[in-house]
Amino acid sequence: MQLTDRSKKTDKRELNLIERTYLPGLATGLGITIKHFFSKKATIRYPEQKRYLGPVFRGHHILKRDDQGRERCTACGLCAVACPAEAISMVAGERQKGEEHMYREEKYAAQYEVNMLRCIFCGLCEEACPKEAIYLRHDKFVPVFTSRDQVIYGKDQLVEDMKDRYNRDAWTKEDMEQMWVKQRIANGV
Amino acid sequence: MESLSIVNVIIVLTIFFVSLGIAAYETYFERVVAAYIQDRVGPDYAGPYGLLQPLADAFKMFFKEDFMPAKADKLLFVMGPGLALFTALLTSAVIPFGDSLIIGGKEYLVQGIEVNIGILWVFGIVALGVYGILIGGWASNNKYSLYGAIRAASSNISYELAMGMAIIAIIMTSESLSVRAIVEQQHGINWNVFYQPMGFLIFLTCAFAECNRTPFDLPESENELVAGYHTEYSSMKLGSYLFAEYLNMFVTSAVISCLYFGGFNYPGMDWVHATLVGLAGETAGHNIATFVGLGAFFTKIFFFIFLFMWVRWTVPRFRYDQLMNLGWKGLIPLAVVNMVITAAAQLSGSPLIGGYIGLAIFLIVFVLLWPLTKPKSRML
Repeated sequence: MQLTDRSKKTDKRELNLIERTYLPGLATGLGITIKHFFSKKATIRYPEQKRYLGPVFRGHHILKRDDQGRERCTACGLCAVACPAEAISMVAGERQKGEEHMYREEKYAAQYEVNMLRCIFCGLCEEACPKEAIYLRHDKFVPVFTSRDQVIYGKDQLVEDMKDRYNRDAWTKEDMEQMWVKQRIANGV
Repeated sequence: MESLSIVNVIIVLTIFFVSLGIAAYETYFERVVAAYIQDRVGPDYAGPYGLLQPLADAFKMFFKEDFMPAKADKLLFVMGPGLALFTALLTSAVIPFGDSLIIGGKEYLVQGIEVNIGILWVFGIVALGVYGILIGGWASNNKYSLYGAIRAASSNISYELAMGMAIIAIIMTSESLSVRAIVEQQHGINWNVFYQPMGFLIFLTCAFAECNRTPFDLPESENELVAGYHTEYSSMKLGSYLFAEYLNMFVTSAVISCLYFGGFNYPGMDWVHATLVGLAGETAGHNIATFVGLGAFFTKIFFFIFLFMWVRWTVPRFRYDQLMNLGWKGLIPLAVVNMVITAAAQLSGSPLIGGYIGLAIFLIVFVLLWPLTKPKSRML
């Protein structure tokens, strides 16, 4: 029975005289290894260099602001409902007079918490959000935590910083294909 | 032999420290070569290009717990790695690293000691080297260590026979046991490897086995024997064993270069010597030419060290019966044939052509007789 189309049949014939001296096999093997000796190395020196994970990698959560810097989230709770791991919880607040520059609509999330131990980074919150407020960043991991207090991320860690706005390299499939082409040209392939 | 002078002492100490330094950096290059062959980059964190890695390794080794099994033979357990290191270092004494240096009108050979039994010295010390492994494995009071030690002893004995016979063929052509005489006789590009290609292959294979390097590293085959003879060793005692292995590799490379690749000889050396003497005067020119020869010798050594590593990361380990078959049924008969061919070629008057004719006759006879042999009695 053949399980894969990559399996090679073992050649069990008796070795002939030349093969028995081991010399041709040895020469072939040494040729293969010296070829690899001079080939390009596959290593990415991790802490200094990082592999590009693609524009759709699901990493750290972010609560986006709109162009004028107002929070988009209206605390509708759809993300919390969509979340299969029940990691998201929020408390809604009503926008007061004079806060129009902070919140886009009358209702906003006074608290918004993601439990990073529960989160499975599935991205369903991103899909459920009708206000395009929550996203999972492609360029940043949730860092390792060393104590239980660090597990729950509040708004201070989630809301977008206007000085360092998050933008995805590609939003659609077409964008992504163009991006790959550009990268390939840049890499000279 | 003239009295010992300060220059001799300096030369001996230089050889000692150079062999230690090269052995230390072999550990680094082993890892780099392994990495490059496996498409990785290897150690590059300690210092520029990871050049301080041997130092870091030594520190690590020294600071590890020095464990000794309760039922081990304390004296022999300590002696084992020491003996391995000691014998590995002794061998480099008779290797002629370079021609000679003229200092103050006196000629000093670039060599630890020039003795007329040089090659016997090398051979004897290499045979003694197995005691380090054997004693260490025995003293550990661990059956895996003992297995490893016994394997080391038996493979060394088996391969020493073929190695000795390959050396006899060399001695026949050089008519001297002194390593320096053997080297000087291969002046220019008159190297032994062209006279005895088969002898070289036999010697090289045996050298791999004597150094316990892959594909013959059965004494420490980890999937059968944990770590073989150094299972119970830790800290710098383990480090000494590994260091001794690398020292052996360096010395063996030097011996191969001396016996088959002309040592410090290189093509066009007479012209270089004459030009340098013409340019810089009799003494300085001669000394510079010696250093050029030294460079040629070390190039050869480094090539063979690289070959050792290259083979290690290419060829898988032999099975034990394969090792024994190759040694006893393959290499020893071949070494005898090589001896006969060399002797006949030596008597025929033209060693080079005679050697190749002999080799061709042997191959033809062998190929013709091969189908007549029974498969079970075949070598290899």
